[in-house]
Amino acid sequence: MNPVLELRQVACVRGLRTLFEGLDLSLQPGQLLRLQGANGAGKTSLLRMLCGLLAPAQGEVLWRGRRIETLREEFSKELVYLGHAAALKDDLSALENLMTACVLGGVGTRRAEAIDALAAAGLGGRERAPARILSQGQRKRVALARLVLSRGAALWVLDEPFNALDTAASAWLIGLITAQLGNGGIVVLTSHQSVPFDDSVPQAVLTL
Amino acid sequence: MTPVHAAGTFEGLRCLFERDLRIALRRRSDTVAALVFFVIVVSLFPLGVGPEPTLLRSMAPGVVWVAALLASMLSLARLFADDHHDGTLEQLLLSAVPLPLLVASKIAAHWLCSGLLLALMSPLLALQFDLSPSATGVLMVSLLLGTPLLSLIGAIGAALTVGVRGASVLLSLLVLPLYIPVLIFGAGAVDASNAGLGVAGHFSLLGAMLVVASFLAPFAAAVALRISME
Repeated sequence: MNPVLELRQVACVRGLRTLFEGLDLSLQPGQLLRLQGANGAGKTSLLRMLCGLLAPAQGEVLWRGRRIETLREEFSKELVYLGHAAALKDDLSALENLMTACVLGGVGTRRAEAIDALAAAGLGGRERAPARILSQGQRKRVALARLVLSRGAALWVLDEPFNALDTAASAWLIGLITAQLGNGGIVVLTSHQSVPFDDSVPQAVLTL
Repeated sequence: MTPVHAAGTFEGLRCLFERDLRIALRRRSDTVAALVFFVIVVSLFPLGVGPEPTLLRSMAPGVVWVAALLASMLSLARLFADDHHDGTLEQLLLSAVPLPLLVASKIAAHWLCSGLLLALMSPLLALQFDLSPSATGVLMVSLLLGTPLLSLIGAIGAALTVGVRGASVLLSLLVLPLYIPVLIFGAGAVDASNAGLGVAGHFSLLGAMLVVASFLAPFAAAVALRISME
């Protein structure tokens, strides 16, 4: 079977420093990849390269055999990227933020679905609260609620998704990721701690 | 499992447009600040120059137009900077909707909250300069045609300076020189009207520039955004 996501001889240069080079990687549907490494090792840079936000200094990133910069929106439709920042507008409510993010990501979302997703993320009753007054963990939950509505996306790229989450939310997120892997999705995430997934989940670890 | 249906390009554009307008409505202070700045700058001139009607009449177009340029600079710096700051700009770059269209949608929302209001305010300010009703009308139309141009051209500069320290100063240096043609033909239209000449030529040129800029500026700004986000 051909790999869906493939990196060939990828190098990353930030400033004058080469963070990594000659990186080969291929991921199949249903695979989880966890990136780990010291601060500044290039974890986030690699994630940004996977999404096409950062062009590799050398090498190429392929999605279903085609370079992602030629695919652009076609690739974006299959991708969910949650960066380090929660990407919320302070002046909008949790619900408005979630619905905007989904529609821009190409997933049409009804109000009721979005409210259910927020409830699943543990924000039931806080839908109308402006993002400004939410705590770090709650902001993260709003961002992660998008995953509930984006089950159709083939690739999830998550930057430190477990940061600022309490144990209940972490367990919920692990459940979401496990279900997504079961449905044949690919998940790439960075995490400082090892994440307690079931042993049945094929977890590859890449250390930068 | 919830049914997932795709959101189209149009849905995405409307969503972003409404989002930006909603934010502007909830944060009226930013919009009002630019408007008040415009009014104050224009009003300072009659006070400083003195009540000489012919002098005021002849300088009115230039003063109003320069004040409009400066006022539009105030809000431009935040066109993409706010989105960059909270991480939503990355999401726009990864959106299922083509980026140039999203940029166009943001520019349209920006113009509604800045340029349009300046243009609507201008007849009131024209009173201070004793402009004739016809010249006032020409001033307003020239602003209606010209301020979208300011938002379009400014968006390219705003995209280039996203994430740069001292962005607002750099933005002014980049963008103000590019505003010169708009200023010349915008203010020129009112001058021509004051002198009793036809204004159709000026309006045609402003219109032509607007058409070209509406087509090219979103693409240029989109490319600039991708470069500045690397």
